[in-house]
Amino acid sequence: MHSKIRNYISIFASLNLKLTAYKSFHSKYNIDMKILVCISHVPDTTSKINFTDSDTKFDTNGVQFVINPNDEFGLTRAMWFKEKQGATVHVVNVGGPETEPTLRKALAIGADEAIRVNTAATDGYSVAKQLASVVKDGGYDLVIGGRESIDYNGGMVPGMLAKLTGANFVNTCISLEVEGDAVTAIREIDGGKETLSTSLPLVVGGQKGLVEESDLRIPNMRGIMQARSKPLTVKEPVASASETKTVSFEKPAPKGAVKLVDNVDDLINLLHNEAKVI
Amino acid sequence: MVLVYTESEGGKFKKVALEAVSYAKGIADALGTSVTAVAINGGDASELGTYGASKVLEVNNDTLANFNADAYADVIAQAAKKEDAKVVVLTASVNSKFTAPLVAVNLEAGYVSNVTALPSSTAPFTVKHSVFTNKAFSNTEITTDVKIIGLAKNAYGLKENATTATSESFAPTLASEDFSVNVVSVDKATDKVTIADAEIVVSGGRGLKGPENWGMIEELAGILGAATACSKPVSDLGWRPHSEHVGQTGKPVASNLYIAIGISGAIQHLAGINASKVKVVINSDPEAPFFKAADYGIVGDAFEVIPQLNEKLKAFKAQNA
Repeated sequence: MHSKIRNYISIFASLNLKLTAYKSFHSKYNIDMKILVCISHVPDTTSKINFTDSDTKFDTNGVQFVINPNDEFGLTRAMWFKEKQGATVHVVNVGGPETEPTLRKALAIGADEAIRVNTAATDGYSVAKQLASVVKDGGYDLVIGGRESIDYNGGMVPGMLAKLTGANFVNTCISLEVEGDAVTAIREIDGGKETLSTSLPLVVGGQKGLVEESDLRIPNMRGIMQARSKPLTVKEPVASASETKTVSFEKPAPKGAVKLVDNVDDLINLLHNEAKVI
Repeated sequence: MVLVYTESEGGKFKKVALEAVSYAKGIADALGTSVTAVAINGGDASELGTYGASKVLEVNNDTLANFNADAYADVIAQAAKKEDAKVVVLTASVNSKFTAPLVAVNLEAGYVSNVTALPSSTAPFTVKHSVFTNKAFSNTEITTDVKIIGLAKNAYGLKENATTATSESFAPTLASEDFSVNVVSVDKATDKVTIADAEIVVSGGRGLKGPENWGMIEELAGILGAATACSKPVSDLGWRPHSEHVGQTGKPVASNLYIAIGISGAIQHLAGINASKVKVVINSDPEAPFFKAADYGIVGDAFEVIPQLNEKLKAFKAQNA
């Protein structure tokens, strides 16, 4: 009997030790960190850009859509947090049903859940408003977006989202470490880089450098199968107004033919006397 | 009133800031108003007068010695409110792009970035800006009362418009929340021309065969006072640092002259450098797509052409010094 009690005590003691170890791991790495990665659904980088409806709409005919490259670096960094430190990763897009394959791809890469806010993305501000509502509902600690989408290049959604939700903000982020609530980030500046210290909650405008190109993941068959059963929630939009509106698109004027020369003297002469750039 | 944020470095206004003042003056003329500049630990205010600013709000504050997006946004927004600005002009620099969205939310102002020309109309207020990484332009109307413009680099140019600028000291109210992201250290080469500031960019591709062959590229850049850059494969292979990668997912280039050596001209690369004024390609493959995008070209082996070019350019520079 006594030995049995001793046994219980020793099991309890060892459990308690484990719990202490778990707690210290927990506080060090913020194991419950909730991450939201904002995913833009954009034309592949090789797409030919054309417009329809009297040049008022982007022509999606024959265009392959992908996860915005700047967002994909952020998503891959989020997977690193999930696997190395413990975190849940949700992905979100503001757009119509046509963007769901892109969200499924993010789930296949490893995100746990996806949210689609069911409204057309009309301008940066209206997208940031929708995302702010998702962030408030979900209580995310860290939101990672791309420094810009490669379609409209606005470069404003992460910053606006940070301001709307009262989170800290780091743009052109090329390195991100989180320990507890403390954050060390490196951002690219003109001609170099800058190391910043801040804290959660945080919004990041990410880009290449958050992870390397070689770290990006191509979804495997298992990931693709799992993604089919992961939750993809469609959320109805909150009331929001755009602040800008597209009137029309235009393509750059066609370029004249290249002037070929066969010696460097002629090149220097043209650059100096004709182009006047040296 | 048009407000322009004038960036400086080391107590000297940057060229993009002077370009932004020139542009702000263009808008002010269209609206029948004047330009106020806001400068944070800036340079010589009279220089801004040269390009059309009639008033300069000078903020001198040691806590703003390092760029801080939240605090700078607060300064710009407070200056805009004080001056009752209807248009606020920033640039396309990394720091402007960091702070502008924060200013926009603060002022409840519509923001359009990468703007390349004066508004085609001021009522409605419609501006042209580059989209799809320079593969197209959008004409966009800003529907809010206050408008924010991020001016693309080197699109409008410097325009002198001599005005007498009066200086006024401006002390913004800063809150502790403005300092929740803090600079720990800055790692920046001060002796090199940056891609962002450079008038000329010399860029190398896989055709150079290896990192050991960059000596002649650096020599060429040195002669021209240019920044060095590279294509994506070159940075992916680790031949050159990522910070030199230019293109759609790398840095944008909007220089006066872009010289591409041994770069075939993938669509993503061309998109990233398309805002440059004059493009030169040197490539041994006459079928390289870059020849379709360039203004001038030499079909030839870089290992023969570049050393010759360097020698001739040195002589040219000596003559034209």
